[in-house]
Amino acid sequence: MLFEYAIVGGVLLGIFYALLSVGLNVVFGAQKIINLAHGDIIMLGGYAAWELYQTYKISPIISTIIVVPITVVLGYILNRLIAPRLAKASDPEMLSLILFFGLSEVIEALSSLVFGNAERSLPVSSIPTAPLKLFGQAYPADWWVSALVAIPLLAIFLLFLYRSSVGLQVRAVISDSVEAAVAGINARRVSGLYFGIGFALAACAGVWGVFIFGGVSPTEGPAITVTAFAIIVFGSLGNPIGTLVAGIIFGIFYQLAQVYIPSWSNLVPYALVIATMLTRPQGLFGRRQRVA
Amino acid sequence: MPSITEIDTIQSTDSKMKKLVGPAIATLVPVIGFALAIHVYSNELLLTYMAIYVALAQGVNIMYGFTGYLPFGYFGFFGIGAYVSGLVMLDYNFPPVLAVVIGGVGGALVGAILLPLFRLRGAYFAIGTLAASEAIYTIVANPSLQSVTNGPYGLNLANYYSSGMAYGSAIALVAISIIAVSYVRGSRFGLTLKAIRDDPYSASMAGVNVPRQRFYAWLISAAIAGMAGSIFGWATSVFYPQAVFDSSLSVLAIVFALFGGVGSVWGPTIGAILLYSVYNAIGISNPQYFQLIYGAVIVLLVLFAPRGLLGFWNFIAQKLSSKRKKND
Repeated sequence: MLFEYAIVGGVLLGIFYALLSVGLNVVFGAQKIINLAHGDIIMLGGYAAWELYQTYKISPIISTIIVVPITVVLGYILNRLIAPRLAKASDPEMLSLILFFGLSEVIEALSSLVFGNAERSLPVSSIPTAPLKLFGQAYPADWWVSALVAIPLLAIFLLFLYRSSVGLQVRAVISDSVEAAVAGINARRVSGLYFGIGFALAACAGVWGVFIFGGVSPTEGPAITVTAFAIIVFGSLGNPIGTLVAGIIFGIFYQLAQVYIPSWSNLVPYALVIATMLTRPQGLFGRRQRVA
Repeated sequence: MPSITEIDTIQSTDSKMKKLVGPAIATLVPVIGFALAIHVYSNELLLTYMAIYVALAQGVNIMYGFTGYLPFGYFGFFGIGAYVSGLVMLDYNFPPVLAVVIGGVGGALVGAILLPLFRLRGAYFAIGTLAASEAIYTIVANPSLQSVTNGPYGLNLANYYSSGMAYGSAIALVAISIIAVSYVRGSRFGLTLKAIRDDPYSASMAGVNVPRQRFYAWLISAAIAGMAGSIFGWATSVFYPQAVFDSSLSVLAIVFALFGGVGSVWGPTIGAILLYSVYNAIGISNPQYFQLIYGAVIVLLVLFAPRGLLGFWNFIAQKLSSKRKKND
């Protein structure tokens, strides 16, 4: 009984965790940028959902769509500002880590100044549905609604990446930006756009994080970043499909730990990232050779 | 091309004497400064914390400044130090100063256990150490281990509190950390570390045992953090696990070191003293404003002054002297 509960709950939450982490992998994608502010973008998405619901009574489902264009534009602008500087560095990955770490601190500080330090949460009644009953167990509404919202979002993202012409350009830039530029692709603009999409996916996850994490607070960012990092390393850096599978596996692991060894469940993401890095640094679906 | 050994022997004894003067000043000035400061400014706990941060910034300096490996999870050693020393005081009644040394050994031991992380490079190492330290925190603070570590309820060392001793130990640690950095910087060991940082493959071709040299730097750095944590716990006297396993400890140490300039002896000392003073002026009452400032400082440093205050200073000095030469 408990076991089925952990598995089904794990899959539902896992789909959410896939959405939560895929943005980090997308931002890493084109320019090898390590976005330590990922969790803070998720946090901002959470505050957007809170404000939109409390001020305008907009359902979180609609908010998920509203945050997309805003974050794509913000991400694009930010990328164009910093990418030239990072490209000149001798170790851009390391420099991006420190830079986004600074950015994360700035976002955290500004959010606690604007929103205050107290945690804010949304009532479950803001999602107009009942808990899901399956195999004699009830799963909270936010678990399965967030999964139901995440699936089309992730599907649209994958269709964009693998079936659209801009997606083709993105993949060309990822595999070799110089060659792509020779073929007439505006590599800077394409990687800027892809970066923005990474931010948008994070913000969408943030809207649902308000429910799954039981609220949103300015300091939640770094812990989320580490979890997301664990998942993308597990599923291979640069491979979005790997992240989706890894998210679901992580969800199941985490739920199993929650059910059977609750006091140790927080260890799951850390154990996962260390074990992956040490035993299979290229991740589950690592096609590209890279020594992490 | 002369090998590293030859460079080492080429230096005359005269220049070796000269080489001792710089580090001696870099060690004595902060030590005497801290010793005198207590007579001017009476908040001893605050000065103790400042000294601890100088030591931590220097510990980060040894690791990041000389090997290029950023220890994001540096706080793990700090917390382990605080717990190991606290527990040997409580359980075995060790004298505090000895407990501090044992805390340093504890930090170094954990450093040795985390050795496999060196298979990771650059940013992955940084995040790997972060995950490892968070894991250590989750273990130490776990309610299931309450009989050993007192779980989430922390330690109470109030019986061992002694005001002058803790501060004195903190000053001694400042001296130890700066001497360690000066030694690393001036020695053959430091030269090999720099060779590793700049090009590990060429260094290993030139006969440098890359993993072993890195490991030594890592152990020194971990021992400093362990002792810093021990003194912190001792001086604070009552602490919860989240206070000593606090990721903002490594954050601040890294920011202080970067701000002053890593790879130098003076940089992290100056960075830690300046920024920690700012932290005390505004950070305690308005932590968000301080966080905003240091976040912005990091962003600006990365974009405009990647070598810190000292690098910026050298750059200006160079400009001025080249101008003067032109005028002549």
